[in-house]
Amino acid sequence: MAEITYLEAIRQGLWEEMERDERVFILGEDVGAYGGAFKVTDGFLKRFGESRVIDTPISEAAIVGAAAGAAHMGLRPVAEMQFIDFISCAYDMLTNYVATARYRAGLATPIVVRGPCGGFVRGGPFHSQNPEAAFFHTPGLKIVAPATARDAKGLIKAAIRDDDPVLYLEHKWLYRRIKESLPEGEEILTPIGRARVAREGRDLSIVTYGAMVWKSLEAAEQLDKDGVSVEVLDLRTLLPLDDAAIVATVKKTNKLLIVHEDTRTGGLAGEIAARINEQAFEWLDGPIMRVTAHDVPLPYAPTLEDFVLPQTEDVVKAARWLAAY
Amino acid sequence: MTSRIVPATQPGHPAIPAEVERSQLLEIYYYLRLTRTLEERLTALYRQTKVIGGLFRSLGQEGESVASAYALERGRHRDLLSPLIRNLGSMLVMGATPLQILRQYMAKVEGPTRGRELNIHFNDLELGYVGQISHLGDMIPVMAGITLTFKLRREPRVGLVYIGDGGTSTGTFHEGLNFAAVQRCPLVVIGEYNHWAYSTPPAKQFAVTHLAEKAQGYGIPTVTVDGNDVLAVYAAAKHAVERARRGKGVHFIEVKTYRRKGHAEHDDQHYVPEDELERWAKENDPIDRYAKQLIENEWVEAAELTAMDQRIRDEVDRATDACVDEPLPAPETALGGVYADPADTEKLWFRLL
Ligand SMILES: Cc1ncc(C[n+]2csc(CCOP(=O)(O)OP(=O)(O)O)c2C)c(N)n1
Ligand SMILES: [Mg+2]
Repeated sequence: MAEITYLEAIRQGLWEEMERDERVFILGEDVGAYGGAFKVTDGFLKRFGESRVIDTPISEAAIVGAAAGAAHMGLRPVAEMQFIDFISCAYDMLTNYVATARYRAGLATPIVVRGPCGGFVRGGPFHSQNPEAAFFHTPGLKIVAPATARDAKGLIKAAIRDDDPVLYLEHKWLYRRIKESLPEGEEILTPIGRARVAREGRDLSIVTYGAMVWKSLEAAEQLDKDGVSVEVLDLRTLLPLDDAAIVATVKKTNKLLIVHEDTRTGGLAGEIAARINEQAFEWLDGPIMRVTAHDVPLPYAPTLEDFVLPQTEDVVKAARWLAAY
Repeated sequence: MTSRIVPATQPGHPAIPAEVERSQLLEIYYYLRLTRTLEERLTALYRQTKVIGGLFRSLGQEGESVASAYALERGRHRDLLSPLIRNLGSMLVMGATPLQILRQYMAKVEGPTRGRELNIHFNDLELGYVGQISHLGDMIPVMAGITLTFKLRREPRVGLVYIGDGGTSTGTFHEGLNFAAVQRCPLVVIGEYNHWAYSTPPAKQFAVTHLAEKAQGYGIPTVTVDGNDVLAVYAAAKHAVERARRGKGVHFIEVKTYRRKGHAEHDDQHYVPEDELERWAKENDPIDRYAKQLIENEWVEAAELTAMDQRIRDEVDRATDACVDEPLPAPETALGGVYADPADTEKLWFRLL
């Protein structure tokens, strides 16, 4: 078993799907000759050629729209956003055209739109965004956000095979920070719509995703020393939410802390809290609490970015407070 | 362009072009050299990890940035431009200072955005520049609105905006350009054909030969100039600016130039043919060409330029020394200024525990 990074896992997943299915192709800015701004598609042009690895103009709306058209015709496009922040330029295509195609017109649009999201990298307001909430509100899209190398690989493969449009949010802070041994020769597929218990615990549940899975695990480790046993649920898929897994962990620990890197207002935590109120209210021994980013655009200076974003220390404090409730 | 009759300083030496004074020739040189020296300093600071985010150089393109901005009327509440990451020179011309630039790149508390934004994303509406956001093309419609306001208020002011060869592929570029053309906004658009958009060459970006053809499609008059010929860019910009000021609407200037560094400092440019870089550096550096022109035509003395180079180095040294050890902004200041009212965003509950 070879140790691979989160980034390499995405690369492998893409590569295997390209090898497996000739309908799969990649399009995006600088994905070919350069191999992608973060080198996710490094070497793909050489292996698969210009007709399956397409360097596009700087036109996100056209990239997503063209992917949709090709998908209608039976291809399986994987569109890269150089930074996920630029997906806003394709918002109309995704929310109006792509998301509604099956429902209103019976058109299958099996596309994947992937790109680096997230902060902790001093990228400033336009290279650090977490756009999931903007799309979470749109029926017809699926959204996945892997935290581990295994899921990075398993979810890109599952997303490509899925018959619906999938936004694949890869966290750039994890790209080279996370390493994992993955078995060679075994096909890794992570089912879309299914969360994962990242750590078992008794006293309190943290429901989270993306980079915050790691910060939550770090917090759980610290709390363990104080005798607080924390369960961490890694959502993996954000849309559709895995209600069963969220309800199950709440029924087990009776306390819920939701942690996300995205800003608070209108973030996913609000929806998760509402669902627990509806489905497991009587199982709760305390209020459902949230640890999120502050409601401001993400600033550049390290002092400011660190303040705005939720940190391990915040999760520790919040969990300790809730455990004691 | 009208020509002014000025005798050549010596037989065989052409006269200083009509549109510029000798002092202006020197001032243009000052901004060119200042841009390069300041960027070289930023590179050094980047390598020391003092510049925290990415660093984007304009090496080889300083000529078009400085010369185009120099055609504007400067001062408080006069003309206004919107630069891109490679138009540091244009901002210096409008009055941004090396100290501000250095502080901004190092995210210092005294910087123009107090650490909120990076590289040259900042404004001074009075001095006449409005900072871009990263999303390419967005500043074209914004500048259409700014110049529409000049027109509606009957102010004799002009706007200028830059767009890269890659940036002309965005929807906002096309929407903004068409809007400005229809409204006959007093707007000059500089299309920078620098042969690269990150790693993407023009042939993968558009199917026309010249960026100017795109603007022509919207009924906009265009001119394509050698972007590394400082005075040619200046003359073209001057013409376009005066035309816009006379109420003749949008003008598009395509400058042919070359991006000699990678997209940003991390980019090793492996996709660029090496001889191409060498050729542009050796034969077509805008500052070298300009200095040579000034000296060979005997418009200025070589010694004047050398003295100015030294003055600029000192100026950049002083600015660096003044701010390199300044503090970063205090964490909680991150919560201010999202809205006019309320002034501060709520601090979240877990920070009060
Ligand atoms: C809408 C959008 N998509 C993608 C990017 C990422 N990006 C930043 S700069 C760049 C290349 C820009 O090329 P060009 O417009 O030619 O400007 P140059 O870098 O040559 O000055 C890209 C793709 C972006 N900033 N905005
Ligand atoms: Mg370019």
